[in-house]
Amino acid sequence: MTDTAIETNGLVKVFGDNRAVDGLDLTVPAGAVFGVLGPNGAGKTTAVRMLATLLRPDGGAARVFGHDVVAEADAVRSLVGLTGQYASLDEDMTGRENLVLIGRLLGFRKPAARARADELLEAFGLTAAAERQVKNYSGGMRRRLDISATLLNTPRLLFLDEPTTGLDPRSRNQVWDIVRAVVSYGTTVLLTTQYLDEADQLASRIAVIDHGRLIAEGTPGELKSSVGAGTVHVRLRDPGRRADAEKLLSAALGAPATPDPDPRRVVVRVPGHGSERGAAEDAARALSELAAAGIVVDDFSLGQPSLDEVFLALTDHPATSKETAA
Amino acid sequence: MTTTTATETAEPVYVPAAETIGAVLDPRERPARPSALSASLTFGWRAVLKIKHVPEQLFDVTAFPIMMTLMFTYLFGGALAGSTGEYLQFLLPGIMVQSVVMTTMYSGLAVNIDIAKGVFDRFKSLPIWRPAALVGNLLGDVLRYVLASLVITVVGLILGFRPGGGVVGVAAGIGLLVVFSFAFSWIWTMCGLYLRSEKSVMGVSMLVLFPLTFLSNIFVDPSTMPGWLQAFVEVNPITRLVAAVRSLMSGNPDMGELTWVFIATAALLAVFGPLTMRAYNRK
Repeated sequence: MTDTAIETNGLVKVFGDNRAVDGLDLTVPAGAVFGVLGPNGAGKTTAVRMLATLLRPDGGAARVFGHDVVAEADAVRSLVGLTGQYASLDEDMTGRENLVLIGRLLGFRKPAARARADELLEAFGLTAAAERQVKNYSGGMRRRLDISATLLNTPRLLFLDEPTTGLDPRSRNQVWDIVRAVVSYGTTVLLTTQYLDEADQLASRIAVIDHGRLIAEGTPGELKSSVGAGTVHVRLRDPGRRADAEKLLSAALGAPATPDPDPRRVVVRVPGHGSERGAAEDAARALSELAAAGIVVDDFSLGQPSLDEVFLALTDHPATSKETAA
Repeated sequence: MTTTTATETAEPVYVPAAETIGAVLDPRERPARPSALSASLTFGWRAVLKIKHVPEQLFDVTAFPIMMTLMFTYLFGGALAGSTGEYLQFLLPGIMVQSVVMTTMYSGLAVNIDIAKGVFDRFKSLPIWRPAALVGNLLGDVLRYVLASLVITVVGLILGFRPGGGVVGVAAGIGLLVVFSFAFSWIWTMCGLYLRSEKSVMGVSMLVLFPLTFLSNIFVDPSTMPGWLQAFVEVNPITRLVAAVRSLMSGNPDMGELTWVFIATAALLAVFGPLTMRAYNRK
């Protein structure tokens, strides 16, 4: 058993003149959830498709459990499973038929494929819908069937490409619970997401990707402290005092104010590192300075840094979506 | 609870349980990788299942051939051969070839739709013989070709088609047609992989199939055509195929035409099989 699930060196994929993945170096440890965070068009999907042998890299190398994704593609295919952004299911067939088909293609005989399908339908709460055509499934059911089809061959490494995009909150929580269950039984999960809180909830390490390159990597804690412990949002009663409020908060928190289109709002990051106090205490002290200066605050909140703020902190530019799909 | 709505009672909320998910993840012995034939047959099974779920898709191999046979028999019969009964003996093998060759384009449509829906991503990420998904689709199509041929034979027999080759001759003719069509379908499968939308696949295949089937010996004897058209009709592979099928059904197999069709079938497979696989692997 290797302790490294994925290792890439200078991985490159070019579409026309768009370098979708541009020299990506990643090391993903086995047995945990690894989050890949980035905006639309950052190259997440392209990178995952190369690692799952669906796309051939234009440069660099990638190994999955020690097997080269190009030279030993079949060996990699038998170890990994991919659930993409769009369901890889046959809409005209029923849920059970979809699973039996995959089971048969993996070499199970018909009775074994049927038994395996039923077992998976049960575990993913789809037994009642087993005989329904997939085109009549809800988004959450579709995603669960898609994941169960991927798990049919008990892969050692599961790729989940934006598994909760487009799902309602309840379905999203179900997917999160599934991911936690899967990883607790020893399967490595590589999860791509656009949401910092999703990566934070599930992943033990996070790589931040932008324009096909790795721009930061670490535990969620490390990442957040490099970005700041959070962000203070303040809503002023008098927009005329905005400049004063920005000056006071920036001085108290030691970070510049983030521009905001609302004239009554002031947004400032709480750096977090180097401070012995918690972020909340920092924020509270800063707010008391506003009160002392006679600036009336109608509303305030201390939030986790958003993906945009992470990007701003790491790259000095916001997480803009490129026109081209990743 | 009195406020519970019907949908909520019908579907209890699913709560993922770590233990049951863990149980299905239990690493067990994996089955051996299926053979190329077994994987292709599994995809053929999928094609049959899809026919079962969407039986409307059989329209083009049932209603369409019946319509073609009736239409052309009665439209041209009197004028071209003096009587519809006479003309039918000439037309039927040809109209069968036309109907079946026309339906080959659905192979390209099916592949294009599959790819647009993302289900091929799943197939491609499985450790199986790569062409299996495409071969399996075509096996399902072969079933459709056989069905279309049988429908036309039955309609023909009812209208008065009396082939000299008998059951064996007709079966051999259908067999030859199906084998050629299987090879011919690879062209459309390749188009289905290269072209962007199902509309463009449809457009390109119509553009090729219409002249190929109409500018042939299906409806009239080429000797009545102007010289330049005869030249095209002579090199048109559909003309050779129709001649071979006619010869088999009439009970006088023409070895020259048969050899030509077998060579064309092999050439189509040898050229478009690898080209299609190259497109498939690049997608």
